Amino acid sequence: MSEAHGARRHDPHQGSPAAEPAPKIVADRLHKRFPAAGEPVVALEELSLTVAEGELVSVVGPSGCGKTTFLRLLAGLEEPTSGSLAIRASDDGAQRPQNAVVFQEYGIFPWKTVLQNVAFGLQMRGVARREREEQAQAWVERVGLARFAGAYPHELSGGMKQRVSIARALANDPEVLLMDEPLGALDAQTRTVMQEEILDLWERDQKTVVYITHSIDEAVFLSDRVVVMTAHPGRKKAEHAIDLPRPRRWEQTGGADFAALRLQIWSDLEDEVKRTMAGQA
Amino acid sequence: MTSTHDPDAPASAPPPHVRGREHPADPAPADSAAAAPAQPQPPAPGSASQRLLRRVPHHRLAAPSAALVGFMAVFTLVGGWQLAWWAGALVTFALLVWLAQTGQEVVPRRHLRAYERGLATLFPLLLLAGWELLAGTGALSARWFPPPSDIAVAVWELSVEPETGGTSLLGRPWRLPELIGELGLAGALGAIVEESHVLATLGRVFIGFVLGLAPGIVVGALMGANRTVRIMLDNVMSAFYVLPKIAIFPIVMLLFANPFGEGPIITVVAVSAFFFVAFNTMAGVQGVDRIFLDVGANYGANRLQMFRHVIIPGALPVIFAGFRIALGAALIVVVAVEFVRADQGVGHLTIYYWEVLSPPRMYAGLFTTMALGVLLTFGLLAVEKRVMPWRRNRGDDDLPTG
Ligand SMILES: Nc1ncnc2c1ncn2[C@@H]1O[C@H](COP(=O)(O)OP(=O)(O)OP(=O)(O)O)[C@@H](O)[C@H]1O
Ligand SMILES: [Mg+2]
Repeated sequence: MSEAHGARRHDPHQGSPAAEPAPKIVADRLHKRFPAAGEPVVALEELSLTVAEGELVSVVGPSGCGKTTFLRLLAGLEEPTSGSLAIRASDDGAQRPQNAVVFQEYGIFPWKTVLQNVAFGLQMRGVARREREEQAQAWVERVGLARFAGAYPHELSGGMKQRVSIARALANDPEVLLMDEPLGALDAQTRTVMQEEILDLWERDQKTVVYITHSIDEAVFLSDRVVVMTAHPGRKKAEHAIDLPRPRRWEQTGGADFAALRLQIWSDLEDEVKRTMAGQA
Repeated sequence: MTSTHDPDAPASAPPPHVRGREHPADPAPADSAAAAPAQPQPPAPGSASQRLLRRVPHHRLAAPSAALVGFMAVFTLVGGWQLAWWAGALVTFALLVWLAQTGQEVVPRRHLRAYERGLATLFPLLLLAGWELLAGTGALSARWFPPPSDIAVAVWELSVEPETGGTSLLGRPWRLPELIGELGLAGALGAIVEESHVLATLGRVFIGFVLGLAPGIVVGALMGANRTVRIMLDNVMSAFYVLPKIAIFPIVMLLFANPFGEGPIITVVAVSAFFFVAFNTMAGVQGVDRIFLDVGANYGANRLQMFRHVIIPGALPVIFAGFRIALGAALIVVVAVEFVRADQGVGHLTIYYWEVLSPPRMYAGLFTTMALGVLLTFGLLAVEKRVMPWRRNRGDDDLPTG
């Protein structure tokens, strides 16, 4: 399976553009300005990004550089001030929602059980109860929460809550999956486990993913490509193709190629983080 | 997906919601603990302080008890009550708190729940005992502040024998079997309701509350969700809200074909409940966490779905807080209206026996009102638990415990 998967997946920077299928996401010079009491806040300045079908792209950048803003634009939760954004529908004819977001704060509803939370997107789309519960149940099982299907979220740990949130997004079968620091609030061990789980799910489902994170390690471990953003206001500073073999396992993160990539990305990011900190001082 | 080394895997499920701060190691919900008192407590990690606490010997109760008895004796001997009764009451209360809190530490953990319930019942009884004592010694005028035992007798009399007007406190529901024989079920129930002060009051409270609740939720939700509606209605609502509902009663009477019937009473109750429910619903809707609205929008919820699945459930805890206030207000309004315009009901009973100078019976009316308040609150809490099952295991968060 991983071979088929690897064959399907190209690095969009290396192949010639003509050979590429049409990209899944095209964000062209996205600009976002928030009105504010004094001067308007420019959260994003001319951010362009192209993501291929089935690609997992991470976005890293210093705090406040506009990562969440970018994701909210992609999700349609916010309108860009200027620039254009297109998400191509897949050609298999299936009706799917354009995107689903996994929020950093989980955002799972305390008043719904795990199963009802996972079925939420299907319910909003009018899928009949029997069918949506069957599908949701399958996803609950896939994220290892079968025993908790009927439980309410307050009985779950942070890691379990984020699994519910991921299952909810995937159960909705979106064109693209948008994740905003999904593991940011978790402890280091849970994080490691969840990173592998996310990779697992992705390798099976072959979703197009935009993944925001603070962690360079996480970005390198998961991604096909890592985008580094500048300090506020956010622009694209650099892109790094991650051509480590797949499937990846956490043990590999100790390797030399891994370390080299990490260093490259950090050298791009370091200045921006320092600029952010200088700006706050 | 199911990694064996997953620290979050169901096998090592996290401890359930940590309850009461003083007992951080309690591994089971109190209800199940109470249901199985004989079970040995499983050793919980990190419960060193807990084990220490449970080994506290009972004689720790000796100090506060002695202090309490000693203080009372000395204070009484030196005539402190006549000099500064409030100082005595204050110190007595402080010592009682000390005693009760020590008791809380000494009592086995599985009985803690029962202990706290007992405390909640015993303290009011203690106050009544104090009153009884004061009235008995003549420190309080037994004419105007009859001892609770007299009031209890009045409650009993009002319950078992109808007054001259043919009414009684509860409508003597134990007659039900024989009445059914005479009048059929509906007739029997009607006869009881017709005789009962309590049921008259409860009926008005309940019907008025329900009638005010539905529009309150709708208007409140609209105000919370829509800025324009809020701006338009806010001042109007605030202005009407502060009007004492009894003050608009004469006007409301004009609206009814039978101004002396139940219509006007129920209407004012509904109006007062409406405002409390509307304001709380508005606050609840505005307070719904942004993240949930984002999730709703992201998953394509339409307006109606947004209300039904996101906004209303998210606001429900605050809405229920509003219900609680509204229900109390409804009772207050009913009793107040019954003071002036009714010949049945707990409020009427109270004012009537005040006018005929029968203080024990008047107090019987007051105590019945208080009991109804407590009863209604309990009923509402039970409904709340059913409607919001996701909050059922939240322990004592709703009860302020030290
Ligand atoms: N709704 C808003 N109104 C005004 N300013 C906003 C709004 N949302 C974001 N901003 C501003 O835009 C900038 C980018 O914010 P954003 O949340 O996108 O950063 P971020 O990269 O996600 O940061 P972090 O890594 O800390 O999550 C910040 O300066 C923030 O203050
Ligand atoms: Mg962010």
